[in-house]
Amino acid sequence: MSNIAIKAENLSKAYQLGEIGTGTISRDLERWYARIRGKEDPFLRIGETNDRTSRGNSDIVWSLKDINFEIEQGDAVGIIGRNGAGKSTLLKVLSRVTSPTSGRIIGKGRIASLLEVGTGFHPELTGRENIYLNGAILGMRKKEITRKFDEIVAFAGVERYIDTPVKRYSSGMYVRLAFAVAAHLESEILIVDEVLAVGDAEFQKKCLGKMGEVSKGEGRTVLFVSHNMASVRELCNNGFLLSNGQLSFNGDINAAISQYISSNSKVASEIKHLKGSQEIQIIGVHVNQATEAQVNIFETLEISIDFKSNINEDKTIEFFIIIYNELGQEILTIFQRDTNQYVKSLAQQASSVKVTFDNKLKPGKYSISGGIFDEFRNFIDWSSTNTSFVVENNFYNGGQFDNRLGLIYEKPTWDF
Amino acid sequence: MNHQQHHWSIEPRNSLFDLKLKDTWAYRDLLWLLVRRDFVSFYKQTILGPLWFFIQPIFTTIIFTFVFGQMAKISTDGLPQPLFYMAGITAWNYFADCLTKTSTVFKDNANIFGKVYFPRLIMPLSIVVSNLVRFGVQFLLFLMVMAYYYFIAKADFGITWAILLFPLVVVLMALLGLGLGMLISAMTTKYRDLAFLVTFGVQLLMYATTVIYPLSTIAKKPLGWIVAYNPMTPLIETFRYGFLGNGTFSWEALGYTTAVTLGILMLGIVIFNKVEKNFVDTV
Repeated sequence: MSNIAIKAENLSKAYQLGEIGTGTISRDLERWYARIRGKEDPFLRIGETNDRTSRGNSDIVWSLKDINFEIEQGDAVGIIGRNGAGKSTLLKVLSRVTSPTSGRIIGKGRIASLLEVGTGFHPELTGRENIYLNGAILGMRKKEITRKFDEIVAFAGVERYIDTPVKRYSSGMYVRLAFAVAAHLESEILIVDEVLAVGDAEFQKKCLGKMGEVSKGEGRTVLFVSHNMASVRELCNNGFLLSNGQLSFNGDINAAISQYISSNSKVASEIKHLKGSQEIQIIGVHVNQATEAQVNIFETLEISIDFKSNINEDKTIEFFIIIYNELGQEILTIFQRDTNQYVKSLAQQASSVKVTFDNKLKPGKYSISGGIFDEFRNFIDWSSTNTSFVVENNFYNGGQFDNRLGLIYEKPTWDF
Repeated sequence: MNHQQHHWSIEPRNSLFDLKLKDTWAYRDLLWLLVRRDFVSFYKQTILGPLWFFIQPIFTTIIFTFVFGQMAKISTDGLPQPLFYMAGITAWNYFADCLTKTSTVFKDNANIFGKVYFPRLIMPLSIVVSNLVRFGVQFLLFLMVMAYYYFIAKADFGITWAILLFPLVVVLMALLGLGLGMLISAMTTKYRDLAFLVTFGVQLLMYATTVIYPLSTIAKKPLGWIVAYNPMTPLIETFRYGFLGNGTFSWEALGYTTAVTLGILMLGIVIFNKVEKNFVDTV
C-alpha cells in the first residue's frame, strides 16, 4: 500500500435495537454457548440492510454493511448521505470510538478525529489548562502542545483571556479555542464531523480554510462529513455516498453530490388527498428538489409543487403550503395571494410552481401539505405528502449553547 | 515530525491479552493532566477545600470509638482505640475510594468515551492517582494523631521494621481497588443493577476486613476464615503492624494478597479492554 492512507475491507457494523440490559443475560449465555460450539452468533442475521422504513424481523440492524474503499494520501473525502445512512457510524469506527462487527480497516499515519469540539473541556479550568488537557485527550504529547501553544492561542484569538476559567468565555470564544487545539494536532489523517464548521461566518471560513490548507497544502488526508453541500464541494475532491449502510457511490465529489440529490428525489412522492374537487390535482411536492431534504437555518429553502389539470378549461388558481413540525403542529402557512400572485392553470396540462424563502424554522423535522384554491378561495385540492425536510442544527442555532424558546428564528436588523 | 508513519489496523476483536500497555504509556501526559484537573476542580468548587479530607476520617473514628470501642468493647489488642480505628479507616478509605470511583468510570465518562479515542485505561489509572492525594492528606492526619499519642499521651506502642513495607501496601491497595473497580465497571455497562451493589457491598466488605477489630481475635471465631482470606486483611494488618507495632503480620499472608491482587488486576484489565471496544453502543 504505497500511497494508500486508509483501506477498508468488508467493513460492517451491527447495532442491536431495542433495550439492552434487560433479559440479556440469557441471550449472552446462548451466544456464548453458540460460540464455544464454533457456531455463528444466533442473533446476527446476515443480509439485512439498514432501512428504517421497513421493519426488520430481527432486532439487529446493519448500520454499515460490506464497505470497501481506499483513500489515497492527501485526498479530501466528503462523506454524504441521508440521516441514518451510516455516516456517523463510519466516523466512529474510523476514530476507534467503537469497533466494527466484521471486516477491518488498515492504514498508516496518525489519525486525529474531531467528532466534537472541546471534548473534555472543564469549565473550572483556565484556557491554558484546557488547551493542555484537550490536546492530551486528542493524543498530543505535552511538549508538542507547548511548542504549538502560541499558535493555538493566536488562531483562537483569546490571548487576553488565556488565564481565565473557560466558564466565563462566550460560546464563540469557547468553540474557537476548542477548534484551535484540534486544528493544530499533528496528524496525517484528519476526520472531521460537520459540527466543527461552526461559529460565526468569519470563523467558519477560517476553519474551512485551515482544513483546506491541511489537505491541499500539507498533503494530509481529510475525511469530512457534512450536510452542507457547498462546504463539501469546496473542501473535498472525492465523495462517498452512503445509503442504508452501504457505499453506493465512490468517486468525484461533484458526481457524488449530484447522485445524492437525485437519490433523495427518487423517493416516490406519496400524495394523500384531503379535501377538494381535484379538478386540478397536486402530483408532487419537493423541498430543494428532494422528497427528503436537509436544510440549514437562514439558508434558502425552495418548495416546488407539481400539479396537473383534469378539466378542459384554463383556470386562475392560488397555491398554499402548510408546514408541520414533528408533532403535527402547523408551524407556517404560506398563501400565494399574500404576494398578489396567481397561477393560470392550462386545460389538461401538467406544470409546476416554485416558492423560495429564507428558512427560519427551528432545527427539527418538518412535513408539508400543499393545496390549491380557486380565485374565490374554494378548495380545489388539499393533499398531505410524504415530503419532509430536516432543519439541521449548528453551533449557534439549536446547538448546546442555544437555549432559546420559540419555533422560529429571526435575524433582524438592530439600530442603536 | 517526530513520529514515523506507523501502520495500524482496526479490527473487530483484538486478542484477549492485548493489554494496550504500550498505547497507554504513550498517553502518560494525559494521566497527569487528568489528575491535575481533578485536583484543581475539587479545590475550586468547595468552600472548605481540603478540609473535607479531614472531616470524614475524624468523625468516623469518633463514632467507631464510641460504638465499637466504648459500647461493644471490641478488643483493639491493647492499642489506644482512636489510633487503632484511624489506622484501619485511613487505609480502608483509600481502597474503597479507588474501588467505588473506578466502578463508575464508564458511566461518568460516557460523553468523552463516545467522542474521542484514547486508551481507556488512562481514566481508572488517573482515579487511583488522584485518590492518592486524598490518601496522603488523611495519612498526615493519622501521623499527627500518632504523634499525639506517642509524645503527649505516652501510649504504649512503637513502629516496627514492617513500616518499610508501607509503599508496597499502598500500591497493593490501589491495584486491588483498581482491578475490582474495573471488573465491576465493565459489568455495569451491561447490567446496571450492579452499580447499586457497589456502595452497599463496599460497606459490607469493610466489616469483613480488620478495620474495627484485630485479626487476632476474629481468627478463632467460626466465620473468621472469611476475614483471614479477605485479601484486604493482610494489608491493613501489615499497615498496623508497621506503624503501631501490633497486628498479625506474615509473609505468607502478604504473598497471598499480592497474588490475588495481581490476578484480579490482570482479569480486570482484560475484561475492561474487551468491554471498552463496544461500550459506546450499549450505554
